[in-house]
Order: sequence, then C-alpha cells, then structure tokens
Amino acid sequence: MKHVQALNRKARMTEQKIVDGDDVVAMQEQQPLPLSCTTVFDPGWEIDALGGMGLLCQPMERDLYACYNECWWPAQLPDQMVNYPDWSEKCASAVKDWRRLDLIFP
Amino acid sequence: MRYRLHECRRFRVAEREVLFLVPSHSIFILDELAAEIVRLVEEREALSISDILRHLDGHRSSVESMDTIRELVSLGILQPVAPPINLLPHPVPPAALPLRTLVLNVTNTCNLSCGYCYEYGEDRLSHSPPRAMSWEVARRAVDFLFEHSGQSDRVSLTFFGGEPLLNFKLIRQTVDYAEQRATELGKHIDFSLTTNATLLTRQVIDFLAEHRIGVTVSIDGPRELNDRLRVFPSGRGSYDVIAPKIADLLRRHTTRPIGARVTLTSAVREVERIFDYLIDLGFHDVGFAPVTTAVGRDYALSEEALAEVLQQFEILTERFVEAALRGSYLGFSNLSDLLWELHHGFSKSYPCGAGLGLLGVSPTGDLALCHRFIESPQHRLGTVETGVDGRRRTAFLQAAHLSRKTDCHTCWVRGLCSGGCHHEAYVRYGDTFHPNLHYCDWIRAWTEIGLRAYVRIMEGNPAFFDRLEGRKSP
Repeated sequence: MKHVQALNRKARMTEQKIVDGDDVVAMQEQQPLPLSCTTVFDPGWEIDALGGMGLLCQPMERDLYACYNECWWPAQLPDQMVNYPDWSEKCASAVKDWRRLDLIFP
Repeated sequence: MRYRLHECRRFRVAEREVLFLVPSHSIFILDELAAEIVRLVEEREALSISDILRHLDGHRSSVESMDTIRELVSLGILQPVAPPINLLPHPVPPAALPLRTLVLNVTNTCNLSCGYCYEYGEDRLSHSPPRAMSWEVARRAVDFLFEHSGQSDRVSLTFFGGEPLLNFKLIRQTVDYAEQRATELGKHIDFSLTTNATLLTRQVIDFLAEHRIGVTVSIDGPRELNDRLRVFPSGRGSYDVIAPKIADLLRRHTTRPIGARVTLTSAVREVERIFDYLIDLGFHDVGFAPVTTAVGRDYALSEEALAEVLQQFEILTERFVEAALRGSYLGFSNLSDLLWELHHGFSKSYPCGAGLGLLGVSPTGDLALCHRFIESPQHRLGTVETGVDGRRRTAFLQAAHLSRKTDCHTCWVRGLCSGGCHHEAYVRYGDTFHPNLHYCDWIRAWTEIGLRAYVRIMEGNPAFFDRLEGRKSP
C-alpha cells in the first residue's frame, strides 16, 4: 500500500489478506464472536442465518432506517430529503431509540 | 455505487492522520491524499467514486487518486453504502472451549480487614462461614484443569483468597502435584498468587522463587496511604508489617517479575506519587484499579477524583512513551496491557475470560464465573467434582455477550471494554450483565490516550513491541 500504512498487527493481517487475494469483509467484523447476527439496518433480513428468529437480537424496527436510505422497502416513510429532515432527529441510536420515530401528520 | 466511511475513530498524532477501525481494531496511518478522501466522504456521508474525484483539488493526479481510493476500499475503510451482509451464526462460543486458567480460592479468610474489600467489605456477595480448601478439593481442581484444557499446552493456576498464604501448606502440596501432572501430560503449567504480603517468610519466598510463581502484592503506596484502608482487624495499619517482607521478597524472588496492585479510592488517588514510590521499592510493574463499590460508599471515587486519576494516567503515559522511545520499559501495567491489546488489534465480545477460559474454585470445590464471584449462589457454575453446568454457562454467555448490551452498540471502544467487569456491574447495578455506564467517558478518554501513545512508539521505536511481546508471553 502506498497511501495507507498498516500500523498494528491486525492492520498488517488485513493488508496481507489483500495481497493473498482473500476477502477482507469478514475481518472487519468482530472475530470470532460477532457483534450481532444482523450487522446492518436493512430490511429483508428478518430471519437469522439459521432461518429462524432466535438469533435476531435487535428489534426489527431498526430496519426502518433502510427505508428512506435506499428506498426499496414498500413502506411509507416521511420524506427526509425535502419535507421532514428532522424526522429521525430524536433517534440517535435506532437500536435504543426506535420508539421515538413518530408518525407524521402533514 | 456510493461509498461511506466505515465506523472508525480518527485523530492526529504529530501531524499524522491515524485511523482506528471499529470493531476490527486495525490501526492505519493515512497519507495526505488518503486523509483528504476520508474527510470528503465523512463530510458528505456517502459519495460515488466520480463524486470523490470531482471534489478533490484540481492539482491531484487522477491516477494517484484512483489508487488511493482503491486502497481505502480494499482495506474496508471505505465501504459500499449497502454492504454485503455478513451472517455469522452463533454469538455464543462453543462449549468445548479449552480451560486455560483456574483460580483457586484456597481460603475465604483473611488476616487483614481492608474496608473496601469485595470479599469482606459492605458489598460482599457471600456470607459463607470461614473455610480453607482441603487437599482433596485442590487435587480434584488440578485434575479438572488438565482434563478440560483440551489442545492447549499451557495452563495457569492462580492462588487467591482471602489471603492465600494462610493456607500455604496446601499451596505447596498443590504446586508439587500440578507440576508432576504437567510433566506426565507433557503440558506447561504456570502459577501465580496474589497476596497482602503479611505472611511472607524466607521459607515461603524461596518456595515461590523456586517454582517460578508469579506474585502480585496488594499495596496502596507509602505508609500514610496504604494504612488508610489496608488494616488489621484491630484497625492497625499493615505497612510496617509488610515493608520488610516486601523488601525480602523483591530481593530473593528473582525468577519472575513481581507486580504491585493498587486500589484507588477517595482516600488513595495520587497515582504518580504511588507509582514512583512502588517502582523505587523495586516492583517491576504497578497496576491501578478503581475500587469496586455500590453507589454511595464513602471510599468510592467521585467523578472529580476519576478525572484526576485520568490526568495522572496521562502523565505516566507521557513518561512511558519517553522511556519506550529510549528503549526502556516503565512498569505502568495499565498502559502496557492496553498497548498490548492495541498492538494485536484484539477485539472482544466479552470483557474477560470469566466463564470462557477461566473459572474460579471455592474452598469447597464449587465452580464460579471467576474468583470475584466465588461463593455467590447466583454465579455458581457447577463443581470440580461434577464439572461445568453447561446450561448455566451457556445462559451466562448468551446474556453477557456484547451484542446484548445495546448501550454499547454505537461506542467506538466497545471491542476493548465489552461493557466492563461483570462483578463491577453486579455490585453497582445488581445486574451481572449491565454495562458499566459509570466508566464510559473515562474508558473512551483512556483508550484515546493509549492509541496516541501506541502510534508515537510505533513511529519512533517499533522494536519496543517485540520486547513487550517477550514480557507478555511467559
């Protein structure tokens, strides 16, 4: 690497993986015990890796965020781009504060 | 495709842009161009590659810029906005995890009455009658350790109490037996002991040295500080009794480095002064831990006191870095432990090995999560006779996993702190699985101090960490 210098051992391992042509995405996670089963706020993943719900440790409501971000979930959410930019202002962490995502009465 | 900045902590050390990736704990130094790209993407939340190139200064060569973006993307520093979801199944480690360390509570009694002690003070979990471990239990515990050590060829046995030297006869017998078993099984066993130093005699010291038993002495500094809380039942301070014994220990026991462990309280918080005093006595390492208390104890550290402690830690860190750049080691173990974790990039889902590779054994042979939970009925995990209660262990590991600590989910040091000590949480909140929220700001500030120190040492004298490696792995 020319522009990014790996400093500690984990960084050097990541770099080596790239040289070896391995996938580094898995290395960016907490290994070997992951932080959680669903690592991003995204719809469509309401089942866990085993096809059940037992390992879903997060409220599904956190998926709400994906709705206005990528706009591919057919639920109606406030338009944050133009009319309701503050809609999620009180929801700093979706995991904790999802109840504060309120309805909009235009 | 648009890219965003991966979760990270960025800071500058001596004109260098440093990036600590969370939760992988890789540490990178960015050159000027890489730093500019990272800033751009961060400011605008998400950018496509063509947007990045457009926003960059005109004088940048687009070939260089593309190379840099490619590096940032391949290292995962820049990530596609909708990243592939990494479905790693079970958050609970396998039941067959090898046992590495067993802590034997060889007695639950002590000849001192330190006011803050988590075993005898106001916050104690157990009200068991005084007991000493029998030879049968100790022998069974040693067998249990080897039986459950799996493929691992190194195991550790720690003697703890109460004051473990009250049961020195048993320690001697156990060490002999464990060494014999280790030889038979072709494994290496390592011993350690924590003591208040009141019962060290020449005979005891020579035994400890001969068997390379690592010793940690609990002491709170010079006489006037140590004797505030570290007292005999009569109220008399312990300093005058332990001082000559510690001198003897440091002189005669040279097969392993001897450490001192200081408990910080409202009465004892002059970190730098205590550190210098104990290093001058001849201790190799000095570690500091804030006292574990429920809310409202008069010896608890107030927020102001914690801020003062952080300041003193920062001063010692500066001295540590200066020493490291000269190639010498300052025995400030809080920092050397942190640097060790940062150097490797360890990222944890549990704060410690309790219930994983470490268990505590009570004088009667009950297994506990760790030595701090010994004789606490809620934290019992079986016995050395019948083995680990798998259901209870799994339930604990599920509940204690970082993914359950929602308060921690957006914190950038979550992979180092993992919510903090289970025992501290239990004493403080009455809930073993509660994150230790009273330390959050402190831990974040301390980690940043450690990161800055790490970068400076790596830049100035990277060979220092090879030496540290030698010290950390016996």
